Amino acid sequence: MDYVLLIEQLLNGFQLGIILFLMAAGLTLVFGIMDLVNLAHGSLFMIGAFVGGTLALATGSFLLGAVLMVPAMFVIGILIETIALRTLYRRSHLDQVLATFGLILFFNEATRLIWGPEGLVIPLPDFLEGTVALGAGITYPLYRVVIIGIGLLVALGLYLLVAKTRFGMLVRAGASNRTMAGALGVNIPVLFTLVFGIGAVLAGLAGLIITPITQAAIGMGEDVLILAFVVIVIGGIGSVRGAFIAAVLTGVIDTMGRSFLDLLLLLVLPANAAEAAGPALSSMLIYILMAGILFFRPQGLFPPRGATAVQ
Amino acid sequence: MTHRLTAAGAVTASVLVLCAAVPYLAPALDEPFYVIVFARIMIWAIAAVSLNLIMGYGGMISFGHAVYLGIGGYAVAILGFHDITSAWVQLPVAIGLSAVVALVFGVICLRTRGIYFIMITLALAQMVYFLGVSAERYGSDDGLNILWRSDFGTRHFDLEDSVVMYYTIFAVLLGCLLVKWRIVFSRFGMVLRASRSNDTRVQAVGVPTFRYRLVAFVIAGVMCGLAGFLQANLERFVSPDMMNWHRSGELILMTVLGGTSTLFGPVVGAVIFLMLSEILSTVTIHWHLVFGPFLVLVVLFARGGVMGLLGSRDTHD
Amino acid sequence: MTKDARGADLVAQGLNKSFGGLQAATDLSVSARRGEIHAVIGPNGAGKTTFVHMLSGFLRPDSGKIVFQGHDVTDLSPAARVQRGLARSFQITSVFREFTVLENVILPVQSRLGHSFRFWRPVLSDPTVLEPARALLEEVGLGDRAGVVAGHLAHGEQRQLEIAIALATKPSFLLLDEPMAGMGPDENRALIDFLGALKTDHGMLLVEHDLDAVFALADRITVLVYGRVMASGRPAEIRKDAQVRDAYLGETQV
Ligand SMILES: Nc1ncnc2c1ncn2[C@@H]1O[C@H](COP(=O)(O)OP(=O)(O)OP(=O)(O)O)[C@@H](O)[C@H]1O
Ligand SMILES: [Mg+2]
Repeated sequence: MDYVLLIEQLLNGFQLGIILFLMAAGLTLVFGIMDLVNLAHGSLFMIGAFVGGTLALATGSFLLGAVLMVPAMFVIGILIETIALRTLYRRSHLDQVLATFGLILFFNEATRLIWGPEGLVIPLPDFLEGTVALGAGITYPLYRVVIIGIGLLVALGLYLLVAKTRFGMLVRAGASNRTMAGALGVNIPVLFTLVFGIGAVLAGLAGLIITPITQAAIGMGEDVLILAFVVIVIGGIGSVRGAFIAAVLTGVIDTMGRSFLDLLLLLVLPANAAEAAGPALSSMLIYILMAGILFFRPQGLFPPRGATAVQ
Repeated sequence: MTHRLTAAGAVTASVLVLCAAVPYLAPALDEPFYVIVFARIMIWAIAAVSLNLIMGYGGMISFGHAVYLGIGGYAVAILGFHDITSAWVQLPVAIGLSAVVALVFGVICLRTRGIYFIMITLALAQMVYFLGVSAERYGSDDGLNILWRSDFGTRHFDLEDSVVMYYTIFAVLLGCLLVKWRIVFSRFGMVLRASRSNDTRVQAVGVPTFRYRLVAFVIAGVMCGLAGFLQANLERFVSPDMMNWHRSGELILMTVLGGTSTLFGPVVGAVIFLMLSEILSTVTIHWHLVFGPFLVLVVLFARGGVMGLLGSRDTHD
Repeated sequence: MTKDARGADLVAQGLNKSFGGLQAATDLSVSARRGEIHAVIGPNGAGKTTFVHMLSGFLRPDSGKIVFQGHDVTDLSPAARVQRGLARSFQITSVFREFTVLENVILPVQSRLGHSFRFWRPVLSDPTVLEPARALLEEVGLGDRAGVVAGHLAHGEQRQLEIAIALATKPSFLLLDEPMAGMGPDENRALIDFLGALKTDHGMLLVEHDLDAVFALADRITVLVYGRVMASGRPAEIRKDAQVRDAYLGETQV
């Protein structure tokens, strides 16, 4: 096995982890604070890609498009929250699943209607093309380095926001104990709306970032959404730190599994069996990881404190 | 239970009579296509009925229930692919495999509650879905054709005969409804319903709920596996799409549409959902645009589903 | 084992429990015997409910040991403890709200009759379950409310049902967490009589704020403050205990 490939794949996995983190961060806060099962979070990923992409094409600048996407997604998130989701907070999880499933169908179809079934291709701007030398003979696409950088910056910003500001203090209080947050005299509806808006921006950012590599497609958020579920379940619902660690873990294990598992299997299985089992097993790897973690820690790695109590 | 003639009872009776009559009605009305439509509907109804056993009565919102459709279906397809067409092999394998998968998944999922449970069932089902997608030998995404339907080895019961196929599905549906009805009101069902209402209290009267919930989970998995077995036979085709998470979502949807804590609701929900999509999709390809918000409205305003609106009171909520 | 614990039905030895930084039980030792009512009193947040949770198996003590009728039950699940005859009620009413009153007691009855892996026969037409369930409702005075949905009962009746559910398991020992909470004076008096009558064939650990009830019923009293036993003894001793008077009974007329 050649170590250049190994490091490349490690970086790819890390980059996938970053995308997952951007999705999972908003999701875990929405789940943790509002106790809302929001399947439509994947739609925000998609909307971010299409809206951001359109803005980029319209302004002729990917960067400007990305910058404009931020307030756009914030507003869209707030609109979705106030129009559709707010009434769902006090409903059962079943109602939430159903209603947000309905929203997915709606957003997918609306996107198809507006942008057509083919999706949207956003070219990478020239200055982000090319590769960078990371030393020791390893070169890596510049844009992927940028993604990792942006992700780390966002993670840092989010950490500071949650850990160091009054807003973050309220968010944390909300994640571990809603009645307590209420008792602190917080305007809960406004807090919820803001958190949802931030989550929408993060999801939209993730969607837009990935578009030059893949492309904007209908339903593109759904696979990412399910991976993000895995991430927040592993990390512990409501924990941003847990989401980051679990996202990187998931991204790396998934990517490494897909690249190297068949090689590893060759050590223990005959060639044809390894070839057959490799792809199957590697696509299941993170779910097995999740099942394993949950078996020992049903609340994930970093459960918010005070999450369990018997009356 | 008292047997009064209620609106819900009337709906139940008419839907069942309709299902029974379709193979004769449809050709008479010159719409033979509806035979297969109703066969499909009944298969989905079986799956939704099985989901409702754990979801409506046990409070376990499984978002991965379609996985058993896939397992039951692939049992037929893969064995058939290897020239094993005997139903006496395929059926036990479909049932056994569904049971084992449900048991393993149940042990993992049922340790968790609430949102965790929903997401884990989803993720585990997704795992099997990707297993299907990556199984190149069995067609990956494109799926697998089934040349011969399950062979019961007797001329008197031949699924290749479309009437036999249809009424087999109908009989399985009736059987599942009967089983569910008996279970719900039995001692076992009492534990199941009580654990949905207040699991802590059930434990506090000396019932270790985990094992009961697990058994219910397995029963539901097997029933749904049976639906998968029938679906594969009916369509002569399986693909990973059978267990796509949208299918699981649709199963939940049918159940809620029909009425969650009612015995017959899921059947009504399956009829409504599939007829609606059949009809709406001929009107516009963008029917999801209307259907999505419709779901939100159903959630907001039509609690208890159709059967609930009609005053069905199988249980006390 | 201390002298006190010998011959006792339910013994807690050195229980400790903390929630994060908060010590909710510190070296808690209590022993209660059959045929007696052992009251546990203490101010709000003293750790009384936490204690009941540990005794009934809903919370694991960080350390210490619980012995019931000579068997160490510290590692047993809540359900397994009930199977051995140790039942409990809840401070916050915890009935099956969607069920009828009758169905509420059917579940504990069927639990006592063995496992519930019976899938076919409707439980509501099964006399082996129905008869004891109805008899119990008569006994606790809810006989004429059997068909009412529990969520529609008046508060006092729900509290009665709360105890009835625990009793339906035919326990030999009852853990009652504030059974009088929110009851009117008449209901209160009726419940005091009822619990007094139960004493002959049940051991009982009674957590209660209503000191009239406690002094009317209890054979022994343990006073908990900040998760510690402050005093324990006969009612007369507790009444006299200066420390208890200061800390707890001070403002109350006893
Ligand atoms: N699950 C939990 N997590 C964190 N703290 C808890 C938990 N349960 C109880 N506590 C804390 O432990 C302490 C003891 O609580 P407990 O409910 O046992 O008191 P109590 O004596 O029953 O009070 P009351 O008279 O109000 O019922 C309280 O400070 C409470 O806040
Ligand atoms: Mg208490």
